[in-house]
Amino acid sequence: MKLDDLLSMWRIRALEEKIRDLRLEGPIVGSVHLANGQESVAVGACSQLRPQDALYATYRGHGWAVARGVPPREIFAELMGRVTGVNGGRGGSAHFSAPQHGFHGENSIVGAGAPIAVGAALAGKYDGSRRAAMTVFGDGAINQGAVAEAMNFAAALGLGVVFVCENNRYSELTPIDDMVAEPDLSRRASALGIPAVRIDGNDLAQVRTATRLAVEAAAAGRGPSFIEAHTQRIVGHYIGDSEQYRPAGELERDLVVEPIARLTRELLADGVPTESVERCERRAREEMETAAAAALRDPLADPATAKEHLYA
Amino acid sequence: MPEIVKLNVGGAVNAALARALDEMPETLLYGEDVALPGGVFGVTRGLQKRFGDRVFDTPISETAMLGAAVGAASFGRRPIVEIMWIDFSLVAFDQIVNQAANVRYVSEGRTTAPLTIRTQQGNAPGACAQHSQNLEALLLHVPGIRVAMPRTPQDSYDVLLAAIASDDPTVVIENRTLYAGSKEAVEIGGPVQPIGGHRRRRTGSDATVVCWGAITAKVLDAVDRLEGEGVSVDVIEAVWLNPFDTEVVLESAARTGRLLVVHEAARTGGFGAEVLARVAESGVPLRTAPRRLGLADSRIPSAPQLAAALLPQTNDVETALRELVAGGAA
Repeated sequence: MKLDDLLSMWRIRALEEKIRDLRLEGPIVGSVHLANGQESVAVGACSQLRPQDALYATYRGHGWAVARGVPPREIFAELMGRVTGVNGGRGGSAHFSAPQHGFHGENSIVGAGAPIAVGAALAGKYDGSRRAAMTVFGDGAINQGAVAEAMNFAAALGLGVVFVCENNRYSELTPIDDMVAEPDLSRRASALGIPAVRIDGNDLAQVRTATRLAVEAAAAGRGPSFIEAHTQRIVGHYIGDSEQYRPAGELERDLVVEPIARLTRELLADGVPTESVERCERRAREEMETAAAAALRDPLADPATAKEHLYA
Repeated sequence: MPEIVKLNVGGAVNAALARALDEMPETLLYGEDVALPGGVFGVTRGLQKRFGDRVFDTPISETAMLGAAVGAASFGRRPIVEIMWIDFSLVAFDQIVNQAANVRYVSEGRTTAPLTIRTQQGNAPGACAQHSQNLEALLLHVPGIRVAMPRTPQDSYDVLLAAIASDDPTVVIENRTLYAGSKEAVEIGGPVQPIGGHRRRRTGSDATVVCWGAITAKVLDAVDRLEGEGVSVDVIEAVWLNPFDTEVVLESAARTGRLLVVHEAARTGGFGAEVLARVAESGVPLRTAPRRLGLADSRIPSAPQLAAALLPQTNDVETALRELVAGGAA
């Protein structure tokens, strides 16, 4: 079980690192935001989602897509503008979706996915699906009106939305603590009457428990929940971010507590053979190399189709 | 079965909503004060009582309302959201422009947003600057959003139903000064029409006027005055602005050789500029330079006499048409 978790997290890490390489080598162009260090929140939360549940992520959403079951080859292809991309190259790194996998999209507008998730839960009130709608956003998004509106709307109407705030301490490039007077972001939710918890997002068990309870509440018609998961991004906000804002020593401390390092230590302490632990990383990297190579061979999206799909 | 009933615009909108809720079980109707109070203009009165929890009131949260529409629409619902004043949509433009307009395109059609935004706009006596704007051009600049501006009771009924049945995100812009207007015979219960189309309100050969919205009434008054003097004007009311019937405008302009566009919205960047540009690009020969009338580029004052000094009046339309006809007389 724990080895499976490690493999799941390595899949995300390996995907992100391969994306970084492809961005630096040229096949991927444009702005790319990686989620290295935050893998446990995506893996833990998605492990509790059911097929009928809806997930809304942010532009830092590649890992959430993988955790939800979107094939890596289609993600690589999307980022490289290939016809085989999940959206045929129309979404790109920051705005792709794969509803057939319950992944209802990244969003490049901070906080904008939250009201849309409210709508997915609203639909669930009428279609009998008992759908939970999970919206993931960062600490910076807590300062967006859209998130405040979405939380109150869901609370007032009793809609099954799971608000997951990945608090990686940085509101893009600025420390969140400099942008709020109340550092406990979960209090925004509790002030609106939403049950809210703060958890160590590096601890998969905590993520699972909090998410399970929230999804159960949503499915049972008990309304929204809020989870503030403390995590850390161990790379820049975007590829090319010089990270001059980071205090000395912070990254070194984060590299100790980040979830892959943490789970690796736990497994070895449990007596799991080093070979088994290392195989997770190797296997994940092989899978991503294979997926990326396949995507690279796929044809580019055809410019003749650029005008399609604007209207019904 | 189609039947004829006497309805004003407010009643026609109510009838269209009732029919949509009745015939399309996937529809939802919500907004600020629309359910229990029946709407600030009374347009949605009685609908919650009749259709239960598919009609509901929301917090004053336009972003949440429209985001919820995008999300619910992608899961098989067909939301109809009332934005009480178009001026209020500005706080939620992200959900219209960045979200609703994008989902179909960027997902290659895997996700769609068949939602309808009902709103109303325009100046009324004493209305403040934040309750008087005509903002259709902002929406028309956004590919992916359909826009209609019905005016008569019949069009208000037909256009709203077409919008609701459409699988595109559609904004239907009404005008509150018309809701309580006189009742007219309206055919209800007929086939739901496809989106698009214009109404030719007058037929003439001396000039073409293209207009939309409540100001059309002033255009028709001016045109009727001129008709007594033997000047005949083609009047095309663009009930739908996206899709816009460019061909009918080109045909009329080619025939009359004179073109005037009238809208209540501000001149600069108004959709009238787009209409003139399309005619210019088409190469249709005109006998004289085309004209457009709109709000003088200004904020809108509350005092009625100040607002009237900035907005096109019947006399302004008449004068413009006289000049246009005289200009191309040679």
